[in-house]
Amino acid sequence: MATFTRGFGGRRDDRDDPRIPPGQTLVRDWPVLSAGATPDIEPADWSFSIRTETGLRTWTWDEVHALGVEDVTVDIHCVTHWTKLDMPWRGVSLDRLFADVETSLDFCTVHSFGGYTTNVPRAELLGGRSWIAFEADGAPLTPEHGGPARLLVPHLYFWKSAKWVRGIVMQAEDEPGFWENAGYNMHGDPWKEERYW
Amino acid sequence: MSGPSPVDGLEARTAPSASAPARRRPAWHAATVASVAPETPVARRIVLDVPTWPGNDPGQHLDLRLTAEDGYQASRSYSIASSGAGTRVTLAVDRVEGGEVSPFLVDAIEVGDALDVHGPLGGWFVWRPGASTRPVQLIAGGSGIVPLLPMVTAHAEAADRTPFRLLYATRTPEDVFFREELADALRAAAPLEVTHVYSRRAPEGSDEPVGRLTRERLDRAVLPPGSGALVYVCGSTPFVEQVLRWLGELGHDLSDVRAERFGGA
Repeated sequence: MATFTRGFGGRRDDRDDPRIPPGQTLVRDWPVLSAGATPDIEPADWSFSIRTETGLRTWTWDEVHALGVEDVTVDIHCVTHWTKLDMPWRGVSLDRLFADVETSLDFCTVHSFGGYTTNVPRAELLGGRSWIAFEADGAPLTPEHGGPARLLVPHLYFWKSAKWVRGIVMQAEDEPGFWENAGYNMHGDPWKEERYW
Repeated sequence: MSGPSPVDGLEARTAPSASAPARRRPAWHAATVASVAPETPVARRIVLDVPTWPGNDPGQHLDLRLTAEDGYQASRSYSIASSGAGTRVTLAVDRVEGGEVSPFLVDAIEVGDALDVHGPLGGWFVWRPGASTRPVQLIAGGSGIVPLLPMVTAHAEAADRTPFRLLYATRTPEDVFFREELADALRAAAPLEVTHVYSRRAPEGSDEPVGRLTRERLDRAVLPPGSGALVYVCGSTPFVEQVLRWLGELGHDLSDVRAERFGGA
């Protein structure tokens, strides 16, 4: 139940665009949000791993690229109320990595350099809905935006798109990650405004 | 974490909830403006009366939502300058030129006006008296002082013996937020040192050098590497990125640093 605020008209430019979820405002720049320091990682030192009940599968920078880099254009939605539309990215679909992995575990904890974690159900990473992204807006990802590689899960709020991503631990149960422990929603669908607990 | 233990660098940072007492569950609350006052030439202090507010920890934030008569809504996140169990919630809002919400809050909203808030939010960028005995280094750029002020106030009010230092960068003395609150905290028994850095103009009679924060001035002002300090940095994205880079170069353990960035949105 909303309270009307006397005298507030709002600017409402672009707000009629049906691609903007409730409670979001369109931005054209790309704000930076992270919980701590920005790590400096060279592609040569980067690798990506998936740990399952049977062991660890690791890909180097070149091996991930060799799986096939795709161009995708997506809208991204941050829980701090901004949305950026039609953003071009380049990355490797998680479908291609999981094609190499056998697991019966349904939940993922995504891990980053620096210790950040976030949880995403495996089913939501598959089906052409998530990527390991290396480029955005036509240029390599800068460290402050998660470079050299970040997860891209654009159908969920952007804290799920972990910067400086380094791997996934498969789990039987859905476990909260870093922000999920600090009061943010376990799932994070922007169209349902799943922002907080 | 239950389930298989991570290996090969896939180790999680300690979950923030591990040390947190019972959380206050965030919810929507109806709020009324109780008072407004100029904070700086471009910022305004707004005290909200929120009868159902569950209280908040120092450093937490809230979402503020304005609703026009036709139902149009705009929401923004703001740090909270107050803490504790009370139902008065203090904000200090900087005017973002060309913004949709902040100019309305700074220039137009009046005592008695109604709005909605959702919170309290955030469990990472917080400090509570008694939660830790580690020294605390606060580093603020401009309005980045807002979530740090309640940490200073709570520390003073609790007469907490944890050593506190604040490094506060502004353009001029008039741009300093919470001058009275900081002066009160300096007079309190709790140990606190405050260093101001003025990029454009220092107070009259000050022998402080005028100029932007440098790595050398940061090094002189903050608790040294190895002091075991918890470091909280808040300000604009470029300010925070620069400070974090320097802290790393100066040998600080960046896993002890918590950062909050004010975006352009």
